[in-house]
Formats: sequence, C-alpha cells, structure tokens
Amino acid sequence: MDSNQAAKQHSLVGSEADSQRTLYPYVTGTSVVALKYKDGILMAADMGGSYGSTLRYKSVERLKAVGKHSLLGASGEISDFQEILRYLDELILYDNMWDDGNSFGPKEVHSYLTRVMYNRRNKFDPLWNSLVLGGVKNGQKYLGMVSMIGVNFEDNHVATGFGNHLARPLLRDEWHENLSFEDGVKLLEKCMRVLLYRDRSAINKLQIAKITEEGVTISPPYALKTFWGFSAFENPTVGAEGSW
Amino acid sequence: MSQAAVEVPPKGGFSFDLCRRNDMLSKKGVPLPSFRKTGTTIVGLIFQDGVILGADTRATEGPIVCDKNCEKIHYMAPNIYCCGAGTAADTEAVTEMVNSQLQLHRYHTGGRESRVVTALTLLKSHLFNYQGHVQAALVLGGVDVTGPHLHTIYPHGSTDSLPFATMGSGSLAAMAVFESKYHEGLTREEGINLVCEAICSGIFNDLGSGSNVDICVITKGHKEYLRNHHMPNPRTYFHSQGFSFPKKIG
Repeated sequence: MDSNQAAKQHSLVGSEADSQRTLYPYVTGTSVVALKYKDGILMAADMGGSYGSTLRYKSVERLKAVGKHSLLGASGEISDFQEILRYLDELILYDNMWDDGNSFGPKEVHSYLTRVMYNRRNKFDPLWNSLVLGGVKNGQKYLGMVSMIGVNFEDNHVATGFGNHLARPLLRDEWHENLSFEDGVKLLEKCMRVLLYRDRSAINKLQIAKITEEGVTISPPYALKTFWGFSAFENPTVGAEGSW
Repeated sequence: MSQAAVEVPPKGGFSFDLCRRNDMLSKKGVPLPSFRKTGTTIVGLIFQDGVILGADTRATEGPIVCDKNCEKIHYMAPNIYCCGAGTAADTEAVTEMVNSQLQLHRYHTGGRESRVVTALTLLKSHLFNYQGHVQAALVLGGVDVTGPHLHTIYPHGSTDSLPFATMGSGSLAAMAVFESKYHEGLTREEGINLVCEAICSGIFNDLGSGSNVDICVITKGHKEYLRNHHMPNPRTYFHSQGFSFPKKIG
C-alpha cells in the first residue's frame, strides 16, 4: 500500500489532473509535397481542414511565405500551424529591427523551427505538425522538413503524411536536377492527383507555391482533372451478375 | 458412475484455448514468437489481351528476411493465378486448398475451364468463415470464357473487382505508379513494364518488400509464368576466385 502511494507521488509524468500535454489533434490538414527545381522550390498542398472524419473547412491556406526568402507548408493541427506562424512573425520582425542588411534565409528558419518542435516534444506537449520549409537565398536552394517530434532533414524532394507513402516513390523515380518549371508543376500535380485518389482526407482544391530568388508566388486555388472511365468501374460484375 | 464429463472437442473452426495462456505469458514479459509473413508488394492489371500479375520475392520474419527469393504467385488453374500477401502459411494453404477444389470441380463438370468468379467465391467464403483470422490478402487474376478478370480479396472476406490492384505493405508505393500511369488498352510490353515498375517501386520504397520481380501473363488459352523476370538486386561484391583457407589450424 505504502509503496504504491510513494510510487504515485514520484511518478515521472505527474498526475493526470494538471496534465498540460497535447493528446490528439482536432482540425488537421493532410499532405504537403515539395521539390527543388531549376529556379527554386515548388510546393503543393490542398486546402482542406478535416475535423476528424468530417471535411469541415475547405479554404485553409496551408502554404505561407516567411520573410523574404522562405516558404512554409504545414500538415497536421491547423491551430498549431497558426501559432507557429505567430512565432515566425515575431522572429522575422526582430530580425528586421536589427536593420543590418542581413535577413534570415531558409536554413536559419528551418533550424529555428527544429529547435521549437524538439523542445515542445521534450515537454510532452508537441506542436502537432509536419512542416516543410523551402527557400532560395543567394542562389542556394534549400528544402527541408521538420516533424512533430523534431526529426529534421534536408532533401531534393519531401512530403508529409500520406505523401511519404504515395508521392515520394514517384518523386524518387522521376525527379532529376534542373527540372523546368512546367515539368516540376506536372510532377507535383501527378503526385497530388494520386493523393486525391487514395487519401481520404484530400480534396480537389489545391494551391501550388513557387519560391525563387525573386520571391514567393502562391497560385490561386484550382482543381485537378480526374479520370473514372475504366470499364471495370462501369461494369464490375461482368460475367457474374449479382456478385460484387 | 463417475461424474467426469467427457471432453468433447469443439465442432470445427479454431480453438482459442491457448489465448488465455498467451495473454498470461505476455503480461509476464514473454514475447510472442513472430511468424513468417510475406510483407509484400503484389499487383495485378488488366491489359488489352488479358491479365498480368506481379509480385516481389521477399519473405520476412519480423525484421529478418527469411527467404530472399520466395514464390508469391500461386497456381490455381491453368487459366487462373493468385498472388498472396500476409501470413505465408495462410496464403499457401488457402490457395492450394482452392486449387484442389477447382480441379475436383473441373472433373465433376466435364472438364470445362474454371471461371475466375468460382475461385473468388471459394476463397471469399473460406476467409469470411474464419472471420479474418486466416490472414491472407490476395490478388486473383485470370481469363475465362467471360473475359479477363482481376479481383482483390481481403482477409475478412470482402472482394473488389478492379482494372488494376495492389496489396501488401508496398501497395501504396505500387498504387502511386499505377494511378499515374495506367490506362486502358495497354499492350503486352507496356503492361509488363508497368507491372515491373510498380513492383520495383514497392521493392525500393518499402522495407517489407525486396529482391526480385516475378511476373505472370495470362491471356485467352495461354499463360506465361516469368519467374525472376527482373532482378534489380544482384549481389555486387564477391571474390571471383573464391576463398582458399589454409588446412593447418594453430
């Protein structure tokens, strides 16, 4: 009896009553896919915010410019993404106030985000997001990713969530150095189309963003063409009427 | 008269008596032994003349590869083949069982060519009976008098009839390739290349799949089983002259 009580008091995690930890996400965005191309970075994300299994919000912008040189895309909890944007706003503001001719590039922003995410994870209160950070500074292209537990890496193409399983195999096969803008957009659209077919939380309303030395452009929302005209879809029980 | 009741074994189905013992053991920290799974990529597609099935050749026991070159495309009838993912013993046993049932059925019905829907119904009713405990996820394909057919069968017994299908742990990687490149009216060469690409996508992007690509092409009245059609993982480094160890020890 006594040892039980003692164990409860010395429990590492603390009692559940004053628990201040994130347990599960509520409004979530699905995958973000990004790749490096000749002039910079291309990033795509759809505009859906799901509330569990309901598609609640259909105009959520999950791609945002950060400072002069970076573009941030997020999947996961939308409120945590908005909080991260506030942290980054403050970061960029303080950097501007120095007025020293320097500005934070994508590497610096990525490093900052990694520290924030990892620190929150260590407090058992994560920001429930997978972030994609891309940018160009002084001709150097940069594309990296941070997950909610602080795993971070840099690569020529990245994806979050379902994109890891569906889009990255395609990107590994078909990406090459110095993709033109049109080829990059075609490849991204191919990935987003597969995600639209096979991810239940994807919607057919997406934005593609491009960042180059000149700056950030985020396209207006548009939809992809899909094809459903397979004869097996139209007549699946040929030869066995009544089966399924 | 003694009151001892005679132990009557349950009538058919699985006996779950050992589950209580397993629960007790796992609470004491004894890990369950892992069983051989075909953590897998299996695919099928319909092309203009029939059906092409494809599979990788890696069988895993937990994190270990226990068979580098196993066969996952099983024979069901001269015109019907079935790829299996899930527990290797379950896929083997269930496909061999339905194979013999189909043959007996052919004997009973004047030697007519078996139909794919027959194999489908036999498999799905067996799997449904065992309520998902027989962990076999199958891609069944064949060409019979009614045309080419391709079906997926899930461990609980549900089925789908599709123009292209993938199953197993590498199914997402393979499906990404199919969704972006499949169209109706593929020729034989295009179909084989697409299946190969999809399996390779599974082999290189999924840890549960690996080694070589097996392909089976089924058309009206003709089938071709291309074992190890593509071998993208050769053993690169080995000593060309072999090794010679000195005979004297110490």
